[in-house]
Amino acid sequence: MRVRLYQIAHARSGDKGDGSNVGLIANTPELYELIRDQVTAARVKEHFREVCMGEVERFEVPNLNALNFILHDSLGGGGTESLKTDAQGKTHGQGLLSLEIEIPDEGEA
Amino acid sequence: MKTVRIGNGQGFWGDSVDAPVELLRGGEIDYLGMDYLAEVTLSIMMRQKLKNPETGYATDFIQFIRRVLPELVERNVRVICNAGGLNPHGARSKVFEVAHELGVSGFKVGVVEGDDIQPRLGELIAGGHELANMDTGEPMAPIVDRVTSANAYLGARGVVDALDQGALIVLCGRVTDTALALAPMAHEFGWDFEDWDRMSAGTIAGHIIECGAQCTGGNFSRWWEVPDLWNVGYPIVEASSDGTFVVTKHEGTGGMVTVDTVSEQLLYEMGNPNEYIGPDCVADFTSIQLDQEGPDRVRVSGITGKPRTPFLKISASYLEGFKATGQLTVSGPRAIEKAQLAAETIWKRLERGGVVFEESQKTVELVGVNACLPGIAEAPQDPPEVLLRLGVHDANRDKLARFGKEIAPLVTSGPPGVTGFAGGRPKPQEVVAYWPALLAREEVEDHVRVSVEEA
Repeated sequence: MRVRLYQIAHARSGDKGDGSNVGLIANTPELYELIRDQVTAARVKEHFREVCMGEVERFEVPNLNALNFILHDSLGGGGTESLKTDAQGKTHGQGLLSLEIEIPDEGEA
Repeated sequence: MKTVRIGNGQGFWGDSVDAPVELLRGGEIDYLGMDYLAEVTLSIMMRQKLKNPETGYATDFIQFIRRVLPELVERNVRVICNAGGLNPHGARSKVFEVAHELGVSGFKVGVVEGDDIQPRLGELIAGGHELANMDTGEPMAPIVDRVTSANAYLGARGVVDALDQGALIVLCGRVTDTALALAPMAHEFGWDFEDWDRMSAGTIAGHIIECGAQCTGGNFSRWWEVPDLWNVGYPIVEASSDGTFVVTKHEGTGGMVTVDTVSEQLLYEMGNPNEYIGPDCVADFTSIQLDQEGPDRVRVSGITGKPRTPFLKISASYLEGFKATGQLTVSGPRAIEKAQLAAETIWKRLERGGVVFEESQKTVELVGVNACLPGIAEAPQDPPEVLLRLGVHDANRDKLARFGKEIAPLVTSGPPGVTGFAGGRPKPQEVVAYWPALLAREEVEDHVRVSVEEA
């Protein structure tokens, strides 16, 4: 079945130069494996296509059941130069949690 | 095993003024760390200092000291902060002045300086240090005349020196946030500065608590699970000499400390988790082991790290033109279309008046529709109201002042249902941009000075 990430994970984001970072943490080690296999850098880039003008980089942090994404060029200039309401990418974590992935029907949701 | 309790009562300049007082009075702590500096805070302090040489530090800190100094001295709770900004000596004089007024004496205040490299920029660049922007790779030389502040992120060593000399309060400039926690550990446990696992443990402890309530339930994804957020307890690290520690908070406070709240903060502002580069070491976040030891107690262990790099990070700021933002609230049927017409009207009237902004230097946001997460969150088709937010950036201040005059007329000469114009015309603000760079460590460390004086 399809679930939104907020049903099986949590996240936090902040600024990183002219980009943002989003830490995505699975609720269990089993869910981490499903998320790691499906939430690729390419999928995150597509999800944030109107926000992130640069590349998306992904790092694995298995000890925390987590992935870390860097969304380059996603703050409209970054820091004090940006004219955006969310000049620091504070909302990007909440944005990632609306992404849908497929989990097995017997899986925890 | 001996443990030391280190709290963080201030995550940034502008954080709750009551939080450090609550943290001090809510139970036992040995050290209180307080972070007052954001990326461009030092630039603001530079302006203040140019107008009045006695200023240039975080005045909130002095107000805090006025509230709690007798308790700090009586309980021997030691305070480490970067509130000294560009004038830590000035901040110390002010602390002594307050102590005199309150009739408190017999305590020491340390000052750590040497982070301010702005006066040496010309000499450094002439000496072959490019100070290239870490984001763009461009050398600093072409913009050096516009630089308003330049500071190195110092590590824990100077703070440890001040603590070794008996300072109850340590006032720093741009010391790195994580050093506010690492320094008391290194001081208490006599850690070797080349014990990379211990340096990394202290650095990660500092990273977890440096944003105050962000590890105790603030900004947590499952916010509905967090009890009494209004009274959120600020974090405390209970550190042991072996480099393990427990993250906790005072009993009776709101918020919560769980593996999940700590994990979220660990990933905050994270780059490559294998290499978290700070002034004291390179910490490996993939080595961290978290365990829920009890209610509101998370044990952190297993931390490893690598030697520090030959560089220190420099945080510089420079002037990059001006910006202005203005807003109007648009209500009633077809609010989105009316807001779009209002925005178009403003740009066309400016153009008629000969004021044109580059497309990339303009922004139009419909708050309530798609301002923060366009293309991600489902936008409402016909919301009952929309906040129209317009922004412009330009080198010419007069053009921005002209922009500020075109917002209010929309109330009577735009579409219907336009309101919420308050607070006067938007004023042009100077844009202080951020310039991160690297500099050879010895160029800074040879200039670090620590002085401890008694009140």
